[in-house]
Amino acid sequence: MDGTRILFGGFAVLAIASAGLCITRRNPVASALWLVATLFSLAALFVLLDAQFIAVLQVLVYAGAIMVLFLFVIMLLNLGRAGPTDLKGPLGLGVGVLLAGLLLVQLLVLRQAGPAAGGPARATTEQGMIPTVARPLFTAYLVPFEITSLLLLAAIVGAVVLAKRKL
Amino acid sequence: MLLGPALAVSAALFALGVLGVLLRRNAIVIFMCVELMLNAANLAFVAFAQQLGVAGQIFVFFVMAVAAAEAAVGLAIILAVYRHRHTVDLQHINLLKG
Repeated sequence: MDGTRILFGGFAVLAIASAGLCITRRNPVASALWLVATLFSLAALFVLLDAQFIAVLQVLVYAGAIMVLFLFVIMLLNLGRAGPTDLKGPLGLGVGVLLAGLLLVQLLVLRQAGPAAGGPARATTEQGMIPTVARPLFTAYLVPFEITSLLLLAAIVGAVVLAKRKL
Repeated sequence: MLLGPALAVSAALFALGVLGVLLRRNAIVIFMCVELMLNAANLAFVAFAQQLGVAGQIFVFFVMAVAAAEAAVGLAIILAVYRHRHTVDLQHINLLKG
Protein backbone atom coordinates (compact mmCIF):
# COMPACT_ATOMS: atom_id res chain seq x y z
CA MET A 1 0.00 0.00 0.00
CA ASP A 2 2.70 2.43 1.00
CA GLY A 3 4.79 1.41 -2.00
CA THR A 4 1.83 2.24 -4.25
CA ARG A 5 1.54 5.67 -2.70
CA ILE A 6 5.24 6.41 -3.08
CA LEU A 7 5.18 5.29 -6.74
CA PHE A 8 2.05 7.35 -7.34
CA GLY A 9 3.69 10.45 -5.86
CA GLY A 10 6.84 9.96 -7.91
CA PHE A 11 5.02 9.57 -11.21
CA ALA A 12 2.64 12.44 -10.33
CA VAL A 13 5.60 14.80 -9.78
CA LEU A 14 7.16 13.54 -13.02
CA ALA A 15 3.92 14.17 -14.95
CA ILE A 16 3.42 17.69 -13.60
CA ALA A 17 7.08 18.65 -14.09
CA SER A 18 7.09 17.38 -17.69
CA ALA A 19 3.82 19.21 -18.38
CA GLY A 20 5.35 22.43 -17.04
CA LEU A 21 8.40 21.98 -19.24
CA CYS A 22 6.14 21.15 -22.20
CA ILE A 23 4.29 24.47 -22.05
CA THR A 24 7.46 26.57 -21.56
CA ARG A 25 9.96 25.12 -24.06
CA ARG A 26 10.57 27.40 -27.02
CA ASN A 27 11.33 24.63 -29.50
CA PRO A 28 8.13 22.80 -30.60
CA VAL A 29 10.01 19.49 -30.88
CA ALA A 30 11.21 19.77 -27.26
CA SER A 31 7.64 20.63 -26.26
CA ALA A 32 6.34 17.52 -28.01
CA LEU A 33 8.95 15.26 -26.40
CA TRP A 34 8.14 16.60 -22.91
CA LEU A 35 4.47 15.93 -23.65
CA VAL A 36 5.42 12.33 -24.49
CA ALA A 37 7.12 12.12 -21.07
CA THR A 38 3.91 13.40 -19.46
CA LEU A 39 1.84 10.81 -21.32
CA PHE A 40 4.14 7.98 -20.20
CA SER A 41 3.92 9.11 -16.56
CA LEU A 42 0.14 9.23 -16.90
CA ALA A 43 0.19 5.66 -18.22
CA ALA A 44 2.06 4.64 -15.06
CA LEU A 45 -0.57 6.44 -12.95
CA PHE A 46 -3.30 4.53 -14.83
CA VAL A 47 -1.63 1.22 -13.90
CA LEU A 48 -1.52 2.28 -10.25
CA LEU A 49 -5.25 3.12 -10.48
CA ASP A 50 -6.12 -0.44 -11.67
CA ALA A 51 -6.59 0.49 -15.34
CA GLN A 52 -3.96 -1.65 -17.06
CA PHE A 53 -5.73 -1.86 -20.44
CA ILE A 54 -6.21 1.92 -20.56
CA ALA A 55 -2.52 2.37 -19.73
CA VAL A 56 -1.52 0.19 -22.68
CA LEU A 57 -3.91 2.14 -24.93
CA GLN A 58 -2.40 5.39 -23.63
CA VAL A 59 1.10 4.34 -24.69
CA LEU A 60 -0.01 2.88 -28.04
CA VAL A 61 -2.51 5.55 -29.14
CA TYR A 62 -1.30 8.75 -27.48
CA ALA A 63 2.45 8.38 -27.11
CA GLY A 64 2.64 6.20 -30.20
CA ALA A 65 0.22 7.41 -32.85
CA ILE A 66 -0.94 10.92 -31.94
CA MET A 67 2.45 12.30 -30.90
CA VAL A 68 4.09 10.86 -34.03
CA LEU A 69 1.46 12.76 -36.03
CA PHE A 70 2.36 15.97 -34.17
CA LEU A 71 6.11 15.48 -34.69
CA PHE A 72 5.48 14.63 -38.34
CA VAL A 73 3.62 17.91 -38.89
CA ILE A 74 6.33 19.89 -37.04
CA MET A 75 8.98 18.36 -39.30
CA LEU A 76 6.83 18.84 -42.41
CA LEU A 77 6.40 22.56 -41.69
CA ASN A 78 10.11 22.83 -40.79
CA LEU A 79 9.41 24.39 -37.37
CA GLY A 80 11.93 22.23 -35.53
CA ARG A 81 14.21 25.05 -34.43
CA ALA A 82 13.78 27.50 -31.59
CA GLY A 83 12.64 30.77 -33.05
CA PRO A 84 12.02 33.99 -31.14
CA THR A 85 9.92 33.14 -28.11
CA ASP A 86 6.21 32.75 -28.80
CA LEU A 87 5.22 33.30 -25.17
CA LYS A 88 2.95 36.29 -24.72
CA GLY A 89 4.11 39.49 -23.05
CA PRO A 90 3.89 40.39 -19.33
CA LEU A 91 0.20 41.34 -19.60
CA GLY A 92 -0.73 38.05 -21.28
CA LEU A 93 1.44 36.18 -18.78
CA GLY A 94 -0.30 37.84 -15.82
CA VAL A 95 -3.80 37.20 -17.16
CA GLY A 96 -2.96 33.61 -18.09
CA VAL A 97 -1.42 32.76 -14.71
CA LEU A 98 -4.36 34.43 -12.93
CA LEU A 99 -7.00 32.50 -14.89
CA ALA A 100 -5.18 29.18 -14.67
CA GLY A 101 -4.58 29.65 -10.93
CA LEU A 102 -8.25 30.48 -10.43
CA LEU A 103 -9.25 27.32 -12.30
CA LEU A 104 -6.80 25.24 -10.25
CA VAL A 105 -8.26 26.57 -6.98
CA GLN A 106 -11.79 25.86 -8.20
CA LEU A 107 -10.91 22.29 -9.20
CA LEU A 108 -9.15 21.66 -5.91
CA VAL A 109 -12.19 22.90 -3.98
CA LEU A 110 -14.43 20.73 -6.14
CA ARG A 111 -12.26 17.76 -5.15
CA GLN A 112 -13.73 17.85 -1.64
CA ALA A 113 -17.12 16.81 -3.04
CA GLY A 114 -16.09 13.21 -3.71
CA PRO A 115 -18.52 10.34 -4.23
CA ALA A 116 -20.64 9.39 -1.25
CA ALA A 117 -18.97 6.96 1.08
CA GLY A 118 -20.22 3.40 0.94
CA GLY A 119 -20.97 3.50 -2.79
CA PRO A 120 -20.68 0.42 -4.99
CA ALA A 121 -18.22 -2.25 -3.96
CA ARG A 122 -14.55 -1.42 -4.37
CA ALA A 123 -12.89 -2.60 -7.50
CA THR A 124 -10.91 -5.81 -7.56
CA THR A 125 -7.56 -6.15 -9.30
CA GLU A 126 -9.48 -7.72 -12.20
CA GLN A 127 -11.01 -4.37 -13.03
CA GLY A 128 -8.57 -3.05 -15.59
CA MET A 129 -8.16 -6.30 -17.51
CA ILE A 130 -9.37 -6.50 -21.11
CA PRO A 131 -12.43 -8.79 -20.52
CA THR A 132 -13.94 -6.55 -17.83
CA VAL A 133 -13.49 -3.45 -19.99
CA ALA A 134 -14.48 -5.08 -23.28
CA ARG A 135 -17.70 -6.80 -22.20
CA PRO A 136 -19.69 -3.61 -21.41
CA LEU A 137 -18.15 -1.98 -24.48
CA PHE A 138 -19.81 -4.54 -26.76
CA THR A 139 -23.08 -4.83 -24.83
CA ALA A 140 -24.25 -1.75 -22.94
CA TYR A 141 -22.12 0.71 -24.94
CA LEU A 142 -22.40 -0.91 -28.36
CA VAL A 143 -24.16 2.03 -30.07
CA PRO A 144 -21.61 4.67 -28.91
CA PHE A 145 -18.86 2.26 -29.99
CA GLU A 146 -20.29 2.03 -33.51
CA ILE A 147 -20.78 5.80 -33.65
CA THR A 148 -17.08 6.15 -32.78
CA SER A 149 -16.22 4.28 -35.96
CA LEU A 150 -18.36 6.74 -37.93
CA LEU A 151 -16.57 9.64 -36.22
CA LEU A 152 -13.17 8.22 -37.19
CA LEU A 153 -14.34 7.73 -40.78
CA ALA A 154 -15.52 11.36 -40.92
CA ALA A 155 -12.18 12.49 -39.47
CA ILE A 156 -10.22 10.54 -42.10
CA VAL A 157 -12.28 11.97 -44.95
CA GLY A 158 -12.03 15.47 -43.46
CA ALA A 159 -8.27 15.27 -43.02
CA VAL A 160 -7.77 14.08 -46.60
CA VAL A 161 -9.99 16.83 -48.03
CA LEU A 162 -8.34 19.55 -45.92
CA ALA A 163 -4.82 18.46 -46.76
CA LYS A 164 -5.43 18.36 -50.52
CA ARG A 165 -3.19 20.59 -52.61
CA LYS A 166 -6.09 22.65 -53.95
CA LEU A 167 -8.66 23.45 -51.27
CA MET B 1 -7.83 5.23 -1.84
CA LEU B 2 -5.79 7.21 -4.33
CA LEU B 3 -8.85 9.18 -5.45
CA GLY B 4 -7.88 12.43 -3.71
CA PRO B 5 -4.27 12.57 -4.95
CA ALA B 6 -5.32 11.51 -8.45
CA LEU B 7 -7.90 14.31 -8.66
CA ALA B 8 -5.29 16.81 -7.43
CA VAL B 9 -2.86 15.71 -10.17
CA SER B 10 -5.69 15.89 -12.70
CA ALA B 11 -6.55 19.45 -11.61
CA ALA B 12 -2.91 20.52 -11.82
CA LEU B 13 -2.45 19.05 -15.30
CA PHE B 14 -5.68 20.65 -16.53
CA ALA B 15 -4.63 24.06 -15.18
CA LEU B 16 -1.21 23.69 -16.85
CA GLY B 17 -2.96 22.89 -20.13
CA VAL B 18 -5.15 26.00 -19.83
CA LEU B 19 -2.06 28.06 -18.99
CA GLY B 20 -0.32 26.74 -22.10
CA VAL B 21 -3.29 27.60 -24.34
CA LEU B 22 -3.42 31.13 -22.90
CA LEU B 23 0.34 31.68 -23.01
CA ARG B 24 1.58 30.31 -26.33
CA ARG B 25 1.14 31.64 -29.86
CA ASN B 26 2.35 28.62 -31.82
CA ALA B 27 -0.77 26.82 -33.07
CA ILE B 28 0.81 23.35 -32.84
CA VAL B 29 1.90 23.87 -29.22
CA ILE B 30 -1.62 25.08 -28.37
CA PHE B 31 -2.92 21.83 -29.87
CA MET B 32 -0.57 19.85 -27.66
CA CYS B 33 -1.87 21.74 -24.60
CA VAL B 34 -5.43 20.75 -25.57
CA GLU B 35 -4.27 17.12 -25.64
CA LEU B 36 -2.82 17.67 -22.16
CA MET B 37 -6.21 18.85 -20.92
CA LEU B 38 -7.93 15.80 -22.43
CA ASN B 39 -5.44 13.60 -20.60
CA ALA B 40 -6.14 15.36 -17.31
CA ALA B 41 -9.84 14.58 -17.80
CA ASN B 42 -8.92 10.95 -18.55
CA LEU B 43 -7.01 10.74 -15.28
CA ALA B 44 -10.10 11.94 -13.37
CA PHE B 45 -12.24 9.35 -15.21
CA VAL B 46 -9.86 6.53 -14.31
CA ALA B 47 -9.59 7.68 -10.68
CA PHE B 48 -13.38 7.61 -10.29
CA ALA B 49 -13.61 4.30 -12.17
CA GLN B 50 -11.51 2.69 -9.45
CA GLN B 51 -14.26 3.49 -6.95
CA LEU B 52 -17.47 3.51 -8.96
CA GLY B 53 -17.14 0.74 -11.53
CA VAL B 54 -15.68 0.17 -14.97
CA ALA B 55 -17.86 2.65 -16.93
CA GLY B 56 -15.29 5.42 -16.40
CA GLN B 57 -12.62 3.41 -18.20
CA ILE B 58 -14.97 2.94 -21.15
CA PHE B 59 -15.43 6.70 -21.36
CA VAL B 60 -11.65 7.10 -21.44
CA PHE B 61 -11.71 4.86 -24.51
CA PHE B 62 -14.21 7.20 -26.21
CA VAL B 63 -12.24 10.29 -25.20
CA MET B 64 -9.15 8.78 -26.82
CA ALA B 65 -11.05 8.11 -30.06
CA VAL B 66 -12.32 11.71 -30.13
CA ALA B 67 -8.82 13.00 -29.38
CA ALA B 68 -7.38 11.01 -32.28
CA ALA B 69 -10.03 12.36 -34.67
CA GLU B 70 -9.48 15.90 -33.37
CA ALA B 71 -5.71 15.66 -33.81
CA ALA B 72 -6.02 14.42 -37.40
CA VAL B 73 -8.51 17.11 -38.48
CA GLY B 74 -6.82 19.89 -36.51
CA LEU B 75 -3.38 19.19 -37.91
CA ALA B 76 -4.85 19.08 -41.42
CA ILE B 77 -6.36 22.53 -40.78
CA ILE B 78 -2.97 23.80 -39.54
CA LEU B 79 -1.34 22.43 -42.71
CA ALA B 80 -3.92 24.21 -44.88
CA VAL B 81 -3.44 27.49 -42.98
CA TYR B 82 0.34 27.20 -43.27
CA ARG B 83 0.05 26.71 -47.01
CA HIS B 84 -1.85 30.00 -47.33
CA ARG B 85 -0.09 32.19 -44.74
CA HIS B 86 3.34 30.53 -44.37
CA THR B 87 3.15 30.81 -40.57
CA VAL B 88 1.52 28.99 -37.66
CA ASP B 89 1.89 31.99 -35.34
CA LEU B 90 -1.63 32.87 -34.23
CA GLN B 91 -0.65 36.54 -33.92
CA HIS B 92 -0.37 36.72 -37.71
CA ILE B 93 -3.53 34.71 -38.43
CA ASN B 94 -6.07 37.46 -37.75
CA LEU B 95 -8.28 37.52 -40.84
CA LEU B 96 -11.46 37.50 -38.73
CA LYS B 97 -10.27 40.24 -36.39
CA GLY B 98 -12.29 43.46 -36.75
